Amino acid sequence: MVWVRSMLNPRSESYQHSLGTSDGGTEATRAAIGTAPVEVDRPAGDEVVEPDRPWLVIVWNDPINLMSYVTFVFQKLFGYSHQKATKLMLDVHQKGKAIVSSGSREKAEFDVSRLHAHGLWATMQQDR
Amino acid sequence: MRTPPRVSRTRRGEYRLRLPPGERDLLRTLPAQLRELLGTDDPALERLFPPAYPDDAEREAEYAGMVRDELAAGRRSALDVMESTIDAERLNEEQVLAWLGALNDLRLVLGTRLDVTEETYARPIPQDDPSAAQLALYHYLSWLQEQVVEALAAGLPS
Repeated sequence: MVWVRSMLNPRSESYQHSLGTSDGGTEATRAAIGTAPVEVDRPAGDEVVEPDRPWLVIVWNDPINLMSYVTFVFQKLFGYSHQKATKLMLDVHQKGKAIVSSGSREKAEFDVSRLHAHGLWATMQQDR
Repeated sequence: MRTPPRVSRTRRGEYRLRLPPGERDLLRTLPAQLRELLGTDDPALERLFPPAYPDDAEREAEYAGMVRDELAAGRRSALDVMESTIDAERLNEEQVLAWLGALNDLRLVLGTRLDVTEETYARPIPQDDPSAAQLALYHYLSWLQEQVVEALAAGLPS
């Protein structure tokens, strides 16, 4: 990501105040592994049910999207505070990627498609 | 002396566009070019339709089949809005969001063509570079988009 110096109006810090409180649903939440009774005589070939591991939505760094734009998109799409959106943007910029949301496969796909609609380089993968 | 920004949010929640005629004429030519490109499989479009599942061809094909047309339609509609409001003095929020998307898409395509890296921003445009004009356009669009983002960010709920 890049920061284009706004020569006309360098007030990029002017909206530092916290914006909104919607902050939920971002940490990878592992579904508790159920404590179903142990079946000793499991029929052969029965599918082993894996616990529901969440899908993670990852945004990758790229040299075209503006840092301010990426922050704005995180705020707009996910309702994150300016502070949280900025932190995620800086993670993308400095570490190369950041997990920006997580949940069911359907939710992750929806979030990825919205990020793609905004031109961000997003992928998804199941938590390990 | 400080020049007012090209885009600013008014107290009534509208967006004022202060674009000189020369800039409007330049911007006027761009939506049609991208719209035409959207109907092709030009490699410069790759950043507009990135993979959701880079390591799973089957799921990726399913994802692309599901969203690609919708993504393309959304992009066309943003280009339509930018084109039809290119001479406007004021935009509503929906229109300025369309401008934001269209400017970003134009930069993604142009930046991919020019193989932009983070260093591109730090160095001056070489005069003898055959793509000097395109680079100048890219930098102009970046500068303008930055101002659109600032104006929109000023309208986020506090």
